[in-house]
Amino acid sequence: MVKGYDYSQLSAVSRRRFLKSAAAAGALAVSSSSGILPAFAQDVIPKKGGHFKIGVGSGSTSDSLDPATYYESFMYIFGHSLNGYLTEMDPNGNLVGELAESWEPSKDAKTWTFQLRKGVEFHNGKSLDADDVIASINHHRGDQSKSGVKDLLKTVQDIRSDGPARVVVSLTEGNVDFPYLMEHYQLAIMPAKDGKADNSGVGCGGYVLDGIDFGVKATAKRFSNYWKPNAAWFDSIEVLAIHDVAARTNALTTGQIHAMDRCDLKTVHLLQRNRGLELTSISGTQHYVFPMFVDVAPFDNVDVRLALKYAINRQQLLDTLLSGYGQLGNDHPIATSNRFFAKNLPQREYDPEKAKFHLKKAGHSDLKVQYHASDAAYTGAVDAAVLYQQDAAKAGITIDVVREPADGYYDNVWMKKPWSANYWGGRPTADWMFSTAYAAGAAWNETHWKNPRFNELLIAARSELADAKRLEMYTEMQGLCRDDGGAIIPVFANYVNAMSTKVGHNKIGSNWDLDSFRCAERWWFTDV
Amino acid sequence: MTLLQPSGFIRTGARKFASAPLSAKFGMAVIILYVLTAVFAPHLAPYSEAEIVSAPFDPWSAQFLLGTDNLGRDMFTRLVFGARNTLGIALMTTILAFSIGCSAGLAAATFGGWTDQLLSRLVDVLMAIPQLIFALLLLSIFGTSIPTLIIVIAILDSTRVFRLTRAIGMNIAVLDYVEAARLRGEGPIWIMTREILPNIAPTLIAEFGLRFCFVFLLISGLSFLGLGIQPPTADWGSMVRDSATLITYGDITPLLPAGAIALLAVAINLVVDWFLHWASGLKED
Amino acid sequence: MKPIAKIIGQRVAFGALTLWIVSLIIFAGVQLLPGDIATELLGQSATPETVAALRKSLGLDVPAYLRYFDWLSSMLHGNFGTALSNGRDIAELIKPRLYNTLLLAASAAAISVPLALVGGIVAALYRNTFVDRAINVVTLASISFPEFFVAYILILFLAVHAGILPSLSDVDSTTSVLDRLIAMALPALTLAVVVMAHMLRMTRTSIINLLGNQYIETARLKGLPEWRVLVRHALPNALAPIATVIVLNLAYLITGVVVVEVVFVYPGLGQLIVDSVQKRDIPVVQACSLIFAATYILLNLTSDVLSIVMNPRLMHPK
Repeated sequence: MVKGYDYSQLSAVSRRRFLKSAAAAGALAVSSSSGILPAFAQDVIPKKGGHFKIGVGSGSTSDSLDPATYYESFMYIFGHSLNGYLTEMDPNGNLVGELAESWEPSKDAKTWTFQLRKGVEFHNGKSLDADDVIASINHHRGDQSKSGVKDLLKTVQDIRSDGPARVVVSLTEGNVDFPYLMEHYQLAIMPAKDGKADNSGVGCGGYVLDGIDFGVKATAKRFSNYWKPNAAWFDSIEVLAIHDVAARTNALTTGQIHAMDRCDLKTVHLLQRNRGLELTSISGTQHYVFPMFVDVAPFDNVDVRLALKYAINRQQLLDTLLSGYGQLGNDHPIATSNRFFAKNLPQREYDPEKAKFHLKKAGHSDLKVQYHASDAAYTGAVDAAVLYQQDAAKAGITIDVVREPADGYYDNVWMKKPWSANYWGGRPTADWMFSTAYAAGAAWNETHWKNPRFNELLIAARSELADAKRLEMYTEMQGLCRDDGGAIIPVFANYVNAMSTKVGHNKIGSNWDLDSFRCAERWWFTDV
Repeated sequence: MTLLQPSGFIRTGARKFASAPLSAKFGMAVIILYVLTAVFAPHLAPYSEAEIVSAPFDPWSAQFLLGTDNLGRDMFTRLVFGARNTLGIALMTTILAFSIGCSAGLAAATFGGWTDQLLSRLVDVLMAIPQLIFALLLLSIFGTSIPTLIIVIAILDSTRVFRLTRAIGMNIAVLDYVEAARLRGEGPIWIMTREILPNIAPTLIAEFGLRFCFVFLLISGLSFLGLGIQPPTADWGSMVRDSATLITYGDITPLLPAGAIALLAVAINLVVDWFLHWASGLKED
Repeated sequence: MKPIAKIIGQRVAFGALTLWIVSLIIFAGVQLLPGDIATELLGQSATPETVAALRKSLGLDVPAYLRYFDWLSSMLHGNFGTALSNGRDIAELIKPRLYNTLLLAASAAAISVPLALVGGIVAALYRNTFVDRAINVVTLASISFPEFFVAYILILFLAVHAGILPSLSDVDSTTSVLDRLIAMALPALTLAVVVMAHMLRMTRTSIINLLGNQYIETARLKGLPEWRVLVRHALPNALAPIATVIVLNLAYLITGVVVVEVVFVYPGLGQLIVDSVQKRDIPVVQACSLIFAATYILLNLTSDVLSIVMNPRLMHPK
C-alpha cells in the first residue's frame, strides 16, 4: 500500500490539467449555495513574484515559533509556509506524501516504514535525513513534553532510522490511519541539532523566516532551494493578525491585504457585491456541538437526549447563523466529505411533536435545562443558543441560556458544566475524530459517553485493513452517536474565505481555512 | 451663591420649567417619552422580546416597522425592550456611582489631611488598574448577574466621580464662608451638604449627564469581552455591537440603537444645560 | 512654592506604595481567575499530563506567594523578567509597544485637547444659541457611539470611500515618521472623537458655572469684550475641574484603548495586556499594569498640582 505522490514527474502543464479534471470531479461535492463560486481550477499559468499579505483572525503576543506550541490559525498558516511535513492532504482530500515519498504498514498496521524524499534541504543548508524526522517527532513525546500532540503520539512505542532515508515507527496497537496523523500542523519537520530538534523557525518549507512580531505580523521570503517545483510562487509573504472581522474585511476591500479567513457571515451577502473580490466557501470538517453529560440528570436518560435533538431547528441555524454556508449535521461528527460518511443514515429533522413524545417517554411533561454558551466557543455560539431556545420552547422545553465570559471559557465551563457550547475544527479521519472526543476514557470525551458497542467497534476498525468492512463499522458507529450519544451536532460550518481577484489558485483544499493553511505555497498573483 | 433646599427645589423647579427654553422642554419631552417607553414596553411592542418572527435582516415594512435583526427578531420590539433594560441599569449604576463617589470626594475635600490621603490613594489604586481589565477580573470572579454588573460598573465609575468631586470641592472648601461655618462650629456633615455640595452641584450634575451615557458604552465594551447582560435580553449597547459591521457597507441598521442612545444623551444634556444656566445665577436668557 | 514641593515628595512616596498594592492586587486577581497559563496555552489540547508538564517547566508548581516574592525581588533589581508563554524578555517586548501607545495617545491629545478647550469656550461664549446647541449635539452624539462604531464610520468614509487613509495601522520599527503619522491618523482621530466631548462639556460647564460671580460682573462692567472676560477671568478659575477631566481622558488614552487597537490592528500595550490576561502570563500582565499605574499616578499628581497652582487659596493656606 504505497501511496507516494511524485511531484517531480508532473510538468507544470500536466499538473495543471490533472488539477483541473480533479476539480471538475470534486466540484459536485463542494457547496455552491447562495451564489458563491465553488473553488474551480483556473486556466492560467501560475507566475512567480509579488508580496502576498494574508489577514487572519487570530494570533497572540504569547505565540512562539516552537511547533509544539502552535496555537490557532496565525501560527498554523505561517508554520505551513516555513515547514515541511511528512504527509499532506491534497485539494481532493487524499493523503499524499510531502517529505515522505511513500510509506508502508506491516500486516497488523503496528509498524510503519516511511521512505523519505531525496534532495530536500533545510533553510540552514542541511539536507533532510531520518535523524531530523526522529528528532522532530520525539520533540513532542516524553514526560517533559508540553506539546498539544503528545496525547496523539502516545501509541508510538519506538521510532528509529533504517538508513539515512528510512524511518520506522512502531505502535503499541495497530492504526491504519497513522500516516494521516503525520500531516498534523504541529508535526513540522525540523533539522536535528545534537539529537534534538532545532525549533528556532528553521524549516524546509517554501519560505524562509524573515521577521516575526508575535500577535502582530510575520514575514517570510521565498526559499531559493525549495525542493517542490511549481509551488511557493510569491517572492515574499506576510501574515497579519487582524482579530476584528470588520477590520479584516476593510483591509481586504481597501487592498491592504490580499486574502482573509473567516468572513463575517452576517454581512457576506453584502461583501459578495464587491467585484474586486472572490469568495470561497468550502465544506470541511468543522462543526458546532452542544455536548451533554450523559451521566448527569436529566441528560442521563436517552429519551431526554433525543427530545433535545428533535427540538433544534437545524435548517434555521444553517440559514440564520451560517447564512447557508454549511451543511446540516446529523448528531455525529463525521463530515459528508469523509470516505466513511454514513450516507444511508436519515437526516434528523426539527420535530417538536417527536420531542414531546420522547419527553413524555422519559417521564417529563416539560423540561427546564441550563445551557452555557460563549462566543469564545465559536462566533455566534450565543446566538445559536438563543435560536435553539426559541425552537425548543415549542416542544415544551425551557432552555435557560447562560452567557459565560469569553475569558477562561474552556477552563471554567466547557467539560465542567453539564451542557455547554463547543466547536471542533474536525479531524481528517473518522478514527481520529471518534478517538479524540467520543471514546471511553478519551481526555476530551466531552459527553462522558461510554457506549460498549461503540468502543468495541472503534478499536476493531482502527486495525481493519479492508475498506468495505471499515465503512460498515463506521456507519454503525455514526448511528450509535446519532441515536444514543450525548452530542447534538446541528450544523457543519463551511470555510468561508475571501481574496482579491488578483490572486490565482487551483481547487482549494477542504482541510482547513485558506486552502488547508497552504495558500502561501499554492496560490499566486495573476498580475505580476 | 445658590443654595438648594430640597422642598424649595421642586417648587422652584416647577415654576422654572414653565419658563424653560424650548431646548430644555424638548429634552424633557424626550426623557419622559423614554421613561414611558421603558415602563410600558410590553404593551407597546408588537412582538415579544426574544421572539423570532422572520428571516434575518428583513427590510423595513408595515409588519416590521424597523425591519428585523441578525436572528430575525423585530428591531422595533428590541429597541422598545432595550429602553427598559438599558435605562434601568444605567440609571441605577450612575446613581450608585455618584452616591459613592460624591460622598467620598466631599469627605476628602472637607476633612483633608489623612482622610484625603487615604481615600485618594485608594482611588489611585483602583484607577491605576485599567478599567476593562478590572471589570474582567471582578466579573469573572463574581459572575455576571445584573446586580453584580451594576455594582462593578458603579465602583469603576465612582473613582472618576471622586476625582472630580474632590477637585472642585477643594476649591470651595477653602473659601471664606466655609471657613466661617467651621468657626461657627458646624459639623462636617453640615459643611459638606449645606456649604460645599450646593456649590459644586451644577458641575456634578453636568458630569452626571455624561456618566449616564458612558454606562451604555461600558456595557457594550463589556460585551466585547463576552461579559455584560444575559441574552436574549435586549440592551442598546449590545445591539450596536451585534450589527456594527453592517455600517461598513453603508447599512444604517446599527444607527438605530446608537441613535437611541445619542438622542437620550442629547436630551439629558439639554436639560442639564438649562439647569446649569439657571443655577449659575445668570440673569440672561 | 514650599507646600508644592512637599506635596510632590509625599506623592512620589505614596506612588511607590500604590504601585506595590496594584502589583499585589493584579497578581492575586489573575491568580483567582479560572485556569492558568498552562491550560490557556494548550487550549483544546490541554490534557492533565501536558498541563502538569508545562506547569512544571514554567515553575508554576511553586506556591503563588513564593512566585510573587521572586517576581518582586527581581523587579526591585530593575529586571522585568521573561514572558512565561514564550520566554522572551519583557522589557524588549514592551519597549516598542509602549512607544506606539504613547505616540498614539499624544497624537489623539494633540487633536482633541485644543479643540475641546476652544469648542468649550466658544460654546460658553455663545451659550444657548444655535452654535452652542450644534456643538453640543454633535459632541454628545459622538460619545454616545461606542468607539469601535466611531472607528467603523471613520473607516467607511476616509478609508473605503475616499481612500485617503489606511484602515490598518501597520507600523513597525522600520516605519518612517511620516508613514507612521499617516498610519496612525485614523486611530488618533477615533480616539480624539471619543474623548473630546467629555473635556469640551466640562470646559463649557465650568465656565458658565462661574459667570454669575461678582468678579465676572465687575470685569464686564469694565467694558471688556465677552470673550476676554471668559478667557481672562472665568477660565483660570475654572481650570481645576477642566484639568481633572483632561487628565482623566489622557490617562484613558494611554490605558484604555484596547478596542481601538484591535480595530486598527495597532500594536500597542492594550492588546498586549489583554492577550496576557487571557493567557494568564502574570509577569507580562504585571509589567503592563505597573506602567499603566505609574502613568495614572503621574498624571493625577500633575492634575492635583495644577489645581493647587490655579487656586491662590490652596497655594497659600492659612
